[in-house]
Amino acid sequence: MSVLAQIAQDIEAADLQNIEAAGGAGMAYGLAAIGPGIGIGYLVGQAVQAMARQPESAGQVQTTMFLGIAFTEALALIGFVVFILLKFV
Amino acid sequence: MNLLGAVKFPPIENVIEWPAWLFEDSTYFAFNKIAFIHFLGLVIPMAVFLLGARGSGLVPRGFRTVSEGIVTFVDEQIAKPGIGHGREPYLPLLVSFFLFIFIGNITEVIPFFQMPANARMAGPLVLALVAWGMFISVGVRHNGPGYFKEVLFPPGVPKALYLLVTPIEFLSTFLVRPFSHAVRLFANMLAGHILLITFGVLCISVWSASALVLIQIGTFPGLVAFTAFEVGVSLIQAFVFTILAAVYIGGALHPAH
Repeated sequence: MSVLAQIAQDIEAADLQNIEAAGGAGMAYGLAAIGPGIGIGYLVGQAVQAMARQPESAGQVQTTMFLGIAFTEALALIGFVVFILLKFV
Repeated sequence: MNLLGAVKFPPIENVIEWPAWLFEDSTYFAFNKIAFIHFLGLVIPMAVFLLGARGSGLVPRGFRTVSEGIVTFVDEQIAKPGIGHGREPYLPLLVSFFLFIFIGNITEVIPFFQMPANARMAGPLVLALVAWGMFISVGVRHNGPGYFKEVLFPPGVPKALYLLVTPIEFLSTFLVRPFSHAVRLFANMLAGHILLITFGVLCISVWSASALVLIQIGTFPGLVAFTAFEVGVSLIQAFVFTILAAVYIGGALHPAH
Protein backbone atom coordinates (compact mmCIF):
# COMPACT_ATOMS: atom_id res chain seq x y z
CA MET A 1 0.00 0.00 0.00
CA SER A 2 2.76 2.37 0.93
CA VAL A 3 4.48 1.64 -2.39
CA LEU A 4 1.35 2.66 -4.27
CA ALA A 5 1.07 5.85 -2.24
CA GLN A 6 4.70 6.62 -2.99
CA ILE A 7 4.08 6.11 -6.71
CA ALA A 8 0.97 8.29 -6.60
CA GLN A 9 3.01 11.05 -5.00
CA ASP A 10 5.75 10.82 -7.58
CA ILE A 11 3.39 11.08 -10.51
CA GLU A 12 2.79 14.70 -11.31
CA ALA A 13 -0.02 16.23 -13.30
CA ALA A 14 2.10 16.58 -16.43
CA ASP A 15 3.12 12.92 -16.26
CA LEU A 16 -0.49 11.92 -15.86
CA GLN A 17 -1.40 13.94 -18.91
CA ASN A 18 1.37 12.25 -20.91
CA ILE A 19 0.26 8.82 -19.77
CA GLU A 20 -3.32 9.53 -20.74
CA ALA A 21 -2.24 10.95 -24.11
CA ALA A 22 -0.12 7.88 -24.84
CA GLY A 23 -2.89 5.52 -23.75
CA GLY A 24 -5.50 7.37 -25.76
CA ALA A 25 -3.23 7.52 -28.79
CA GLY A 26 -2.54 3.78 -28.68
CA MET A 27 -6.23 3.05 -28.23
CA ALA A 28 -7.21 5.36 -31.10
CA TYR A 29 -4.85 3.76 -33.55
CA GLY A 30 -5.63 0.22 -32.42
CA LEU A 31 -9.36 0.73 -32.84
CA ALA A 32 -8.93 2.53 -36.16
CA ALA A 33 -6.92 -0.37 -37.55
CA ILE A 34 -9.55 -3.07 -36.97
CA GLY A 35 -12.04 -2.19 -39.66
CA PRO A 36 -9.60 -1.38 -42.47
CA GLY A 37 -7.64 -4.53 -41.62
CA ILE A 38 -10.68 -6.69 -42.17
CA GLY A 39 -11.69 -4.64 -45.20
CA ILE A 40 -8.33 -4.82 -46.98
CA GLY A 41 -8.00 -8.52 -46.27
CA TYR A 42 -11.41 -9.23 -47.76
CA LEU A 43 -10.81 -6.90 -50.71
CA VAL A 44 -7.45 -8.39 -51.68
CA GLY A 45 -8.77 -11.91 -51.17
CA GLN A 46 -11.61 -11.25 -53.57
CA ALA A 47 -9.23 -9.61 -56.05
CA VAL A 48 -6.94 -12.65 -55.96
CA GLN A 49 -9.95 -14.88 -56.55
CA ALA A 50 -11.03 -12.74 -59.49
CA MET A 51 -7.54 -12.85 -60.99
CA ALA A 52 -7.33 -16.62 -60.52
CA ARG A 53 -10.67 -17.13 -62.21
CA GLN A 54 -10.00 -14.73 -65.06
CA PRO A 55 -6.26 -14.21 -65.54
CA GLU A 56 -6.81 -12.15 -68.69
CA SER A 57 -8.52 -9.39 -66.68
CA ALA A 58 -5.75 -9.28 -64.07
CA GLY A 59 -4.58 -5.78 -65.05
CA GLN A 60 -7.99 -4.23 -64.67
CA VAL A 61 -8.65 -6.05 -61.40
CA GLN A 62 -5.32 -4.88 -60.06
CA THR A 63 -6.02 -1.21 -60.79
CA THR A 64 -9.45 -1.44 -59.21
CA MET A 65 -7.93 -3.28 -56.25
CA PHE A 66 -5.44 -0.47 -55.60
CA LEU A 67 -8.28 2.05 -55.79
CA GLY A 68 -10.33 0.04 -53.30
CA ILE A 69 -7.36 -0.32 -50.96
CA ALA A 70 -6.80 3.43 -51.12
CA PHE A 71 -10.38 4.11 -50.09
CA THR A 72 -10.40 1.42 -47.40
CA GLU A 73 -7.16 2.35 -45.72
CA ALA A 74 -8.10 6.03 -45.47
CA LEU A 75 -9.80 5.36 -42.12
CA ALA A 76 -6.73 3.62 -40.73
CA LEU A 77 -4.58 6.52 -41.86
CA ILE A 78 -6.88 9.07 -40.27
CA GLY A 79 -6.53 6.98 -37.10
CA PHE A 80 -2.77 7.26 -37.48
CA VAL A 81 -3.02 11.03 -37.82
CA VAL A 82 -5.16 11.15 -34.66
CA PHE A 83 -2.46 9.08 -32.97
CA ILE A 84 0.20 11.60 -33.98
CA LEU A 85 -1.98 14.51 -32.86
CA LEU A 86 -2.73 12.95 -29.47
CA LYS A 87 0.79 11.78 -28.80
CA PHE A 88 2.95 14.62 -30.04
CA VAL A 89 0.88 17.78 -30.36
CA MET B 1 16.88 -4.79 -15.93
CA ASN B 2 17.04 -1.63 -17.94
CA LEU B 3 18.05 -3.50 -21.07
CA LEU B 4 16.42 -1.13 -23.52
CA GLY B 5 17.50 1.97 -21.64
CA ALA B 6 19.88 2.91 -24.41
CA VAL B 7 17.09 2.89 -26.97
CA LYS B 8 15.55 6.33 -27.06
CA PHE B 9 13.27 7.48 -29.83
CA PRO B 10 14.11 11.04 -30.88
CA PRO B 11 11.41 13.70 -30.42
CA ILE B 12 9.14 13.97 -33.42
CA GLU B 13 10.31 17.52 -34.22
CA ASN B 14 13.84 16.24 -34.76
CA VAL B 15 12.85 13.78 -37.45
CA ILE B 16 10.45 15.83 -39.57
CA GLU B 17 11.56 19.45 -39.15
CA TRP B 18 14.66 20.62 -40.95
CA PRO B 19 16.65 23.81 -40.44
CA ALA B 20 16.56 26.34 -43.26
CA TRP B 21 19.57 26.56 -45.55
CA LEU B 22 18.65 29.90 -47.11
CA PHE B 23 16.45 32.83 -46.06
CA GLU B 24 16.35 31.71 -42.40
CA ASP B 25 14.41 34.77 -41.29
CA SER B 26 11.55 34.38 -43.72
CA THR B 27 8.48 32.39 -42.72
CA TYR B 28 7.33 31.60 -46.24
CA PHE B 29 10.51 31.47 -48.31
CA ALA B 30 12.82 29.56 -45.96
CA PHE B 31 14.60 27.03 -48.15
CA ASN B 32 15.22 23.76 -46.33
CA LYS B 33 15.58 20.11 -47.28
CA ILE B 34 11.85 19.72 -48.02
CA ALA B 35 11.88 22.69 -50.38
CA PHE B 36 15.01 21.30 -52.01
CA ILE B 37 13.28 17.93 -52.63
CA HIS B 38 10.26 19.71 -54.08
CA PHE B 39 12.63 21.68 -56.30
CA LEU B 40 14.21 18.40 -57.48
CA GLY B 41 10.72 17.06 -58.16
CA LEU B 42 10.26 20.05 -60.44
CA VAL B 43 13.65 19.98 -62.18
CA ILE B 44 14.27 16.25 -62.75
CA PRO B 45 11.06 15.52 -64.73
CA MET B 46 11.58 18.71 -66.74
CA ALA B 47 15.14 17.66 -67.58
CA VAL B 48 14.08 14.12 -68.50
CA PHE B 49 11.30 15.31 -70.78
CA LEU B 50 13.32 18.12 -72.38
CA LEU B 51 16.18 15.72 -73.10
CA GLY B 52 13.68 13.15 -74.31
CA ALA B 53 12.07 15.63 -76.69
CA ARG B 54 15.37 16.27 -78.48
CA GLY B 55 15.65 12.90 -80.19
CA SER B 56 14.26 12.31 -83.63
CA GLY B 57 13.55 9.27 -85.73
CA LEU B 58 11.15 6.40 -85.26
CA VAL B 59 13.13 4.35 -82.77
CA PRO B 60 13.27 5.94 -79.29
CA ARG B 61 16.65 5.88 -77.54
CA GLY B 62 18.09 7.07 -74.26
CA PHE B 63 16.01 9.68 -72.45
CA ARG B 64 13.30 9.37 -75.06
CA THR B 65 12.72 5.74 -74.05
CA VAL B 66 12.39 6.81 -70.42
CA SER B 67 9.99 9.67 -71.09
CA GLU B 68 7.87 7.66 -73.52
CA GLY B 69 7.76 4.80 -71.03
CA ILE B 70 6.55 7.11 -68.27
CA VAL B 71 3.88 8.71 -70.44
CA THR B 72 2.70 5.32 -71.71
CA PHE B 73 2.54 3.94 -68.19
CA VAL B 74 0.51 6.88 -66.89
CA ASP B 75 -1.76 6.77 -69.94
CA GLU B 76 -2.39 3.01 -69.88
CA GLN B 77 -2.45 2.32 -66.16
CA ILE B 78 -3.83 5.56 -64.69
CA ALA B 79 -5.62 7.78 -67.20
CA LYS B 80 -7.38 5.01 -69.12
CA PRO B 81 -9.07 3.30 -66.15
CA GLY B 82 -9.57 6.61 -64.30
CA ILE B 83 -10.86 8.99 -66.97
CA GLY B 84 -11.37 6.84 -70.05
CA HIS B 85 -12.67 8.56 -73.16
CA GLY B 86 -11.39 12.15 -73.62
CA ARG B 87 -8.40 11.82 -71.28
CA GLU B 88 -5.72 13.49 -73.43
CA PRO B 89 -6.00 17.09 -72.05
CA TYR B 90 -5.44 15.84 -68.49
CA LEU B 91 -2.44 13.59 -69.22
CA PRO B 92 0.21 16.32 -68.55
CA LEU B 93 -1.29 17.05 -65.13
CA LEU B 94 -1.33 13.36 -64.23
CA VAL B 95 2.24 12.78 -65.41
CA SER B 96 3.42 15.80 -63.38
CA PHE B 97 1.54 14.58 -60.30
CA PHE B 98 3.01 11.11 -60.62
CA LEU B 99 6.64 12.19 -61.04
CA PHE B 100 6.51 14.99 -58.47
CA ILE B 101 4.99 12.72 -55.83
CA PHE B 102 7.27 9.82 -56.68
CA ILE B 103 10.39 11.96 -56.30
CA GLY B 104 9.02 13.40 -53.07
CA ASN B 105 8.46 9.86 -51.77
CA ILE B 106 11.57 8.05 -52.96
CA THR B 107 13.89 10.44 -51.09
CA GLU B 108 12.71 8.52 -48.03
CA VAL B 109 15.22 5.76 -48.81
CA ILE B 110 17.92 7.72 -50.66
CA PRO B 111 20.98 8.31 -48.45
CA PHE B 112 21.66 11.92 -47.39
CA PHE B 113 18.01 12.80 -47.95
CA GLN B 114 16.35 10.13 -45.79
CA MET B 115 13.20 12.18 -45.63
CA PRO B 116 10.05 11.93 -47.74
CA ALA B 117 9.02 15.44 -48.69
CA ASN B 118 5.40 14.29 -48.58
CA ALA B 119 5.66 13.52 -44.87
CA ARG B 120 4.95 17.22 -44.32
CA MET B 121 1.29 18.03 -44.81
CA ALA B 122 1.88 21.16 -46.92
CA GLY B 123 2.97 19.33 -50.08
CA PRO B 124 0.16 16.77 -50.31
CA LEU B 125 -2.40 19.40 -49.29
CA VAL B 126 -1.43 21.73 -52.12
CA LEU B 127 -1.48 18.84 -54.62
CA ALA B 128 -4.87 17.69 -53.35
CA LEU B 129 -6.24 21.23 -53.62
CA VAL B 130 -4.97 21.42 -57.20
CA ALA B 131 -6.78 18.16 -58.00
CA TRP B 132 -9.89 19.47 -56.20
CA GLY B 133 -9.95 22.72 -58.14
CA MET B 134 -9.24 20.78 -61.31
CA PHE B 135 -12.14 18.34 -61.04
CA ILE B 136 -14.64 21.01 -60.04
CA SER B 137 -13.62 23.26 -62.93
CA VAL B 138 -13.69 20.31 -65.36
CA GLY B 139 -17.17 19.41 -64.14
CA VAL B 140 -18.45 22.95 -64.50
CA ARG B 141 -16.82 23.43 -67.88
CA HIS B 142 -18.19 20.24 -69.41
CA ASN B 143 -21.62 20.11 -67.79
CA GLY B 144 -22.30 23.74 -66.92
CA PRO B 145 -23.79 24.63 -63.53
CA GLY B 146 -25.83 21.45 -63.91
CA TYR B 147 -22.74 19.63 -62.64
CA PHE B 148 -23.57 20.65 -59.06
CA LYS B 149 -27.14 19.52 -59.52
CA GLU B 150 -25.91 16.20 -60.91
CA VAL B 151 -23.61 15.65 -57.93
CA LEU B 152 -25.84 16.95 -55.15
CA PHE B 153 -29.09 15.48 -56.49
CA PRO B 154 -28.09 12.18 -58.11
CA PRO B 155 -30.80 10.98 -60.50
CA GLY B 156 -32.80 7.89 -59.66
CA VAL B 157 -33.06 8.60 -55.93
CA PRO B 158 -36.53 8.92 -54.35
CA LYS B 159 -37.40 12.57 -53.61
CA ALA B 160 -37.63 12.15 -49.83
CA LEU B 161 -34.14 10.67 -49.64
CA TYR B 162 -32.59 13.88 -50.98
CA LEU B 163 -32.88 15.22 -47.42
CA LEU B 164 -30.28 12.61 -46.48
CA VAL B 165 -28.31 12.19 -49.71
CA THR B 166 -27.61 15.83 -50.56
CA PRO B 167 -25.77 16.81 -47.35
CA ILE B 168 -23.77 13.57 -47.48
CA GLU B 169 -22.81 14.11 -51.11
CA PHE B 170 -21.91 17.74 -50.44
CA LEU B 171 -19.68 16.81 -47.51
CA SER B 172 -18.02 13.84 -49.16
CA THR B 173 -17.44 15.39 -52.58
CA PHE B 174 -16.61 18.99 -51.88
CA LEU B 175 -15.29 19.12 -48.31
CA VAL B 176 -13.84 15.77 -47.22
CA ARG B 177 -12.43 14.67 -50.58
CA PRO B 178 -9.35 16.94 -50.75
CA PHE B 179 -8.67 16.29 -47.09
CA SER B 180 -8.74 12.49 -47.38
CA HIS B 181 -6.86 12.67 -50.68
CA ALA B 182 -4.02 14.57 -48.97
CA VAL B 183 -4.05 12.65 -45.70
CA ARG B 184 -3.77 9.32 -47.53
CA LEU B 185 -0.40 10.29 -49.00
CA PHE B 186 0.83 12.25 -45.99
CA ALA B 187 0.05 9.61 -43.37
CA ASN B 188 1.49 6.77 -45.46
CA MET B 189 4.79 8.57 -45.92
CA LEU B 190 4.98 9.73 -42.30
CA ALA B 191 4.25 6.20 -41.07
CA GLY B 192 6.95 4.77 -43.34
CA HIS B 193 9.43 7.41 -42.19
CA ILE B 194 8.75 6.69 -38.51
CA LEU B 195 9.00 2.95 -39.16
CA LEU B 196 12.43 3.32 -40.75
CA ILE B 197 13.57 5.62 -37.92
CA THR B 198 12.43 3.10 -35.33
CA PHE B 199 14.49 0.34 -36.90
CA GLY B 200 17.41 2.71 -37.48
CA VAL B 201 17.37 3.79 -33.83
CA LEU B 202 17.28 0.16 -32.71
CA CYS B 203 20.23 -0.69 -34.96
CA ILE B 204 22.37 2.24 -33.79
CA SER B 205 21.58 1.94 -30.09
CA VAL B 206 22.51 -1.71 -29.82
CA TRP B 207 26.01 -1.25 -31.22
CA SER B 208 27.19 0.05 -27.87
CA ALA B 209 25.57 -2.35 -25.42
CA SER B 210 27.26 -5.72 -25.52
CA ALA B 211 24.38 -8.01 -24.64
CA LEU B 212 22.09 -6.21 -27.05
CA VAL B 213 24.13 -7.12 -30.10
CA LEU B 214 21.93 -10.22 -30.28
CA ILE B 215 18.98 -7.96 -31.10
CA GLN B 216 20.94 -6.75 -34.10
CA ILE B 217 20.31 -10.15 -35.68
CA GLY B 218 16.66 -9.19 -35.83
CA THR B 219 16.76 -5.45 -36.35
CA PHE B 220 19.26 -5.08 -39.16
CA PRO B 221 17.53 -7.46 -41.61
CA GLY B 222 14.32 -5.74 -40.52
CA LEU B 223 15.75 -2.37 -41.50
CA VAL B 224 16.87 -3.71 -44.89
CA ALA B 225 13.52 -5.39 -45.53
CA PHE B 226 11.50 -2.31 -44.57
CA THR B 227 13.70 -0.12 -46.75
CA ALA B 228 12.81 -2.35 -49.70
CA PHE B 229 9.17 -2.26 -48.61
CA GLU B 230 9.23 1.55 -48.54
CA VAL B 231 10.50 1.66 -52.13
CA GLY B 232 7.33 -0.20 -53.09
CA VAL B 233 5.18 2.05 -50.90
CA SER B 234 6.63 5.17 -52.58
CA LEU B 235 5.66 3.85 -56.01
CA ILE B 236 2.22 2.67 -54.94
CA GLN B 237 1.37 5.90 -53.12
CA ALA B 238 2.36 8.00 -56.14
CA PHE B 239 0.24 5.66 -58.27
CA VAL B 240 -2.74 5.79 -55.91
CA PHE B 241 -2.69 9.58 -55.55
CA THR B 242 -2.55 10.02 -59.31
CA ILE B 243 -5.23 7.45 -60.09
CA LEU B 244 -7.54 9.02 -57.51
CA ALA B 245 -7.01 12.41 -59.13
CA ALA B 246 -7.81 10.74 -62.48
CA VAL B 247 -10.95 9.09 -61.08
CA TYR B 248 -12.16 12.42 -59.63
CA ILE B 249 -11.56 14.17 -62.97
CA GLY B 250 -13.23 11.29 -64.82
CA GLY B 251 -16.23 11.47 -62.51
CA ALA B 252 -16.58 15.18 -63.23
CA LEU B 253 -16.12 14.65 -66.96
CA HIS B 254 -18.67 11.85 -67.34
CA PRO B 255 -21.02 12.27 -64.36
CA ALA B 256 -23.50 9.76 -65.77
CA HIS B 257 -21.42 6.78 -64.58
